[in-house]
Amino acid sequence: MPTAVRPVRIVVAKVGLDGHDRGVKVVARALRDAGYEVIYTGLRQTPEMVVDAALQEDAQVIGLSIHSGAHMTLFPAVVEELKRRKATDIIVFGGGIIPDDDITALKKRGVEKIFTPGTPLQEIVDWLRNRFPESTTK
Amino acid sequence: MRALARAITLIERRDPSIRDLEDAVRDHTDAQVPDVTGFTSAPGTGKSTLVDAVVTLLRKRSQSVAVLATDPNSPFTGGAILGDRIRMQRHALDPKVFIRSMGARGHLGGLSLASREAIRLLGAFGFDQVILETVGVGQSELEVAAVADTTVVVLTPNLGDSVQMIKAGILEIADVFVVNKADIDGHGRVVAELRTMLNMAPKTSWKPPIIPTVATRQEGVQQLWEAILAHRSHLEKTGKAKELSERRLRDETAEVAAELARERTRRALREDPTLTERLLKDGTPYRTAEEILRTRTDN
Repeated sequence: MPTAVRPVRIVVAKVGLDGHDRGVKVVARALRDAGYEVIYTGLRQTPEMVVDAALQEDAQVIGLSIHSGAHMTLFPAVVEELKRRKATDIIVFGGGIIPDDDITALKKRGVEKIFTPGTPLQEIVDWLRNRFPESTTK
Repeated sequence: MRALARAITLIERRDPSIRDLEDAVRDHTDAQVPDVTGFTSAPGTGKSTLVDAVVTLLRKRSQSVAVLATDPNSPFTGGAILGDRIRMQRHALDPKVFIRSMGARGHLGGLSLASREAIRLLGAFGFDQVILETVGVGQSELEVAAVADTTVVVLTPNLGDSVQMIKAGILEIADVFVVNKADIDGHGRVVAELRTMLNMAPKTSWKPPIIPTVATRQEGVQQLWEAILAHRSHLEKTGKAKELSERRLRDETAEVAAELARERTRRALREDPTLTERLLKDGTPYRTAEEILRTRTDN
């Protein structure tokens, strides 16, 4: 049988009360162009919804976007929900307007990587390529 | 739920353990064969919203539903944006609704093969209804029609390419037509055009009904489901249901055989330099393929 390398699947979501989805769509598009399968779940997601989608979609990565300032609550809530569902193998990264001090705190609480405004898209792609070297996309 | 999601991944990537999954499904006594409805259309007709509305109706009738939504992968990078879940958010956290986005991955026939295996698996997991959703952009809608018991083609008013779709042969695959967005101008004309074309088609025992819907307001969804059920009972009564399922198993076996043969051939060419050298020198793919299939075995 074809032993095609499994494409990395990434669930991309906006959590909480935040309707600013331009950024997340740009990132989704860049990840698509880099050969990833991006499952975009839309706006106003709860942590439970995001984790549920990631489980159903058998995604390896969750990418969260937030501009509302609630990242210190919502990002760790997603990590906690993953723990509750025994799915800590799924990694979480985030992006948005997030102060440096918060980034350190978020990393401590299990968010692997935070990208702030102005990050070149290639940097996000490079990070994923590094993180999943075995699943090279074509 | 994670087990199911993982198993679908194995199916998608054509992992050899599909064989064991198949045995497990066969030996699972509670396994049922779910009813399969396919939805296809050009992009932007409200197909996902309509599927969402149908799922809502089915949940009210206490049926469990799995949605397999397919979006195209880029033929250049292999990447994809799978966005069908956006329209189905109200079913998030309902354990009786399982939504899985599948990239078509550009495999020839791969979509129908993967979805057939996924459907059997969903049956073993107790799902009553499976909905396949795909954007009709060439091939995938034909694959859906080959897998679904009932194929629903969704059109909308003021979409120039609705007629284009009909020209391209969509007319033949539809068991039920939906004219969605029936609250905007021009829906009457689409229905009329469609009716004219259907009347010109050769007489068959099933005449596809045309159902107007406004998916965002749940209008017409009940009529749509009744039409789908009517088609199902037509299949049962005429004996076509049995005929179709038998034909599908035969076709599927042939497709899997082709897949296995392709892989065996690739491996032989990779691992046997003499063989490859001769092929390149003589330029005889047919003979080489025959030889590989005759002389090589797996393992």
